[in-house]
Amino acid sequence: MSGIRRYLMRKSMIYALTFVFAVTIDFVIPRLMPGDPIGVLLSRFATLPDVANYLHGYFIEAFGLNKPLWQQYLSFWNAVLHGDLGISIYYYPKPVAQIIKEALPYDLALLLPSIVVSWVVGNWLGAYAGKSKRFDSYLMPVFYFLQASPYFWFAILLAYIFTVKLGLFPISGAYGYGVLPSFSWEFIKDYLHHWILPFLSLFFVQLGGWAIGMRNMIIYEVEADYIRYLESLGASERLLMKHAFKNAMLPQITGLALQLGLIVAGNVTVQVVFSYPGIGYILMQGIMNQDYFLIQGCFLVIILTVLVANFTIDLLYALVDPRIKYAYTEEGA
Amino acid sequence: MIISRETLRIALGNTKFKVGLAIILIFILWAIIGPLLTPFDNMGYYPVKFGERIAPKPSLPSLKPGSIGEIFTPQGVVKVKHYLGTDSFGRDIYAQLVYGLKSSLVIGLIAGGLATLIGLLIGFVAGYKGGWTDEGLMMITNIMLVIPTMALLIIIAAYLPYRGVGIESLIIGLTAWPWTARAVRAQTLSLKRRGFVELAKISGMRESKILLKEILPNMMSYVFMVFILQFGGSILAAVGLDFIGLGPTRGMSLGIMLQQAVLWNAINLGYWWWAIPPGLVIAILITGLYLINTGLDEIFNPRLRRE
Repeated sequence: MSGIRRYLMRKSMIYALTFVFAVTIDFVIPRLMPGDPIGVLLSRFATLPDVANYLHGYFIEAFGLNKPLWQQYLSFWNAVLHGDLGISIYYYPKPVAQIIKEALPYDLALLLPSIVVSWVVGNWLGAYAGKSKRFDSYLMPVFYFLQASPYFWFAILLAYIFTVKLGLFPISGAYGYGVLPSFSWEFIKDYLHHWILPFLSLFFVQLGGWAIGMRNMIIYEVEADYIRYLESLGASERLLMKHAFKNAMLPQITGLALQLGLIVAGNVTVQVVFSYPGIGYILMQGIMNQDYFLIQGCFLVIILTVLVANFTIDLLYALVDPRIKYAYTEEGA
Repeated sequence: MIISRETLRIALGNTKFKVGLAIILIFILWAIIGPLLTPFDNMGYYPVKFGERIAPKPSLPSLKPGSIGEIFTPQGVVKVKHYLGTDSFGRDIYAQLVYGLKSSLVIGLIAGGLATLIGLLIGFVAGYKGGWTDEGLMMITNIMLVIPTMALLIIIAAYLPYRGVGIESLIIGLTAWPWTARAVRAQTLSLKRRGFVELAKISGMRESKILLKEILPNMMSYVFMVFILQFGGSILAAVGLDFIGLGPTRGMSLGIMLQQAVLWNAINLGYWWWAIPPGLVIAILITGLYLINTGLDEIFNPRLRRE
């Protein structure tokens, strides 16, 4: 077996186990916690006895509360694997899976560009700060402040400055009330107009972290023996930086995998500020209305997304770092 | 921790460390003294005496910072200055802010301490024991590392009908440890192979004594840095949890302030004194913690110093 494949197999095993763990958590937590979720759920339908009755039957069926626990667990898995995440109470009678399917594109449209662009720009700025001392002392406090800001607070700040003070961008939703989603220029323009502030909130806070990480790595690398050696050979500064940058980039890719959870959580809160109709906003609705199926569905989807992203980063890492190939062929570990 | 005079001299010569430390000390002092400077309670209400009972009363709503508010009591109208104005319900912002800061610091201390302790224990045992113990513990750690902590927090908190500051700290502490465990394991592995540990083993020192006397003291500076990061991370996690409505069911915190500000349209209405200060306090506080951490990194790791 090739080294890369072995490496990916090992990673996939961890991810598969993580998924099993996540589904189990999703199953166990509602049964473990105090209180009566079904009672709370049905109290919303006190004025509609028919619906309440139907839902009561549905919940007994869905949770299989009269069956033994292991059977409940198996049927829970069966439902999850068939994409059945239950019915939402708040958006009754819409299935949770459908709600999530409609919301997910909005998340990806915010997450992917913000992660990629902030990573690239942040690394570039960080490398520059690592090289130039003057630039460093001016920009580092800014980067630290950005990194330390809660995502949603930065969103509030941008909303206050750009919407309330300057009146440049809309503050809520993914598109205006008068516009219908379509592939027309008008819609795309309106969509981007709404997209820019949530995007910038995610972009700026992430930017700080990448810049600081890269700056520290560059300062560390520049002192390394191989750079000193190159320098003594009379290599140009450009060449030195090129090598330092390449080596400093690897920890930044690993860092991306570690940061994913925080970025996704940040995205959830930013959407709440802008009433942006992605998973985060849906999740907030679920929490405010104690719509447990919706909360559990969002939990699973968030974890699944993070797993897929992690796997992509592993693939990328294996391609960029040739050592992976050798490490996993020679020792077989 | 072994703090030699030399370390102390370098530490106080490091600007980042000094600035960070100053920020944190000022905030801690403010959280202790601040509540004494306001007549309002932790929710921003003015406690009014009705005979034996004390009833919280609001002031005038939506006042700008520095305005004089009026509270109607049986003893007559009381005029009080609101340093940071009031929210849409006539609650004093300064009081909410300073009590919120206090609860944030408490959560950071408990949750961050707990996460550091668990991470230290798991990483330490895995790194020192090796073999199957290591494999098993690292498997759990890697799984926990992939799951977004926030998602885990949400699913647990959503099912708890009553939540206090203690419970919130507990669930944050119980979920935030994985990266610490991995980092501590790496440190332990590298220390285990050093000469002085080998020497201790050869000289027949007991294992528990090696752990406590040889390895642990050499890791204290590192553990302290980990704690600083966990402290900040826990504060941020709690603020995020509070913001999406899963914070303490009673009382006030910086996250709950921000949640209510967004919920009641403070941004659209232009009430910046309600929506901006809570997050600003958090951002400055966390910046201070990061500066301490980076400063310590430069103190213990001369290669990072920029002379």
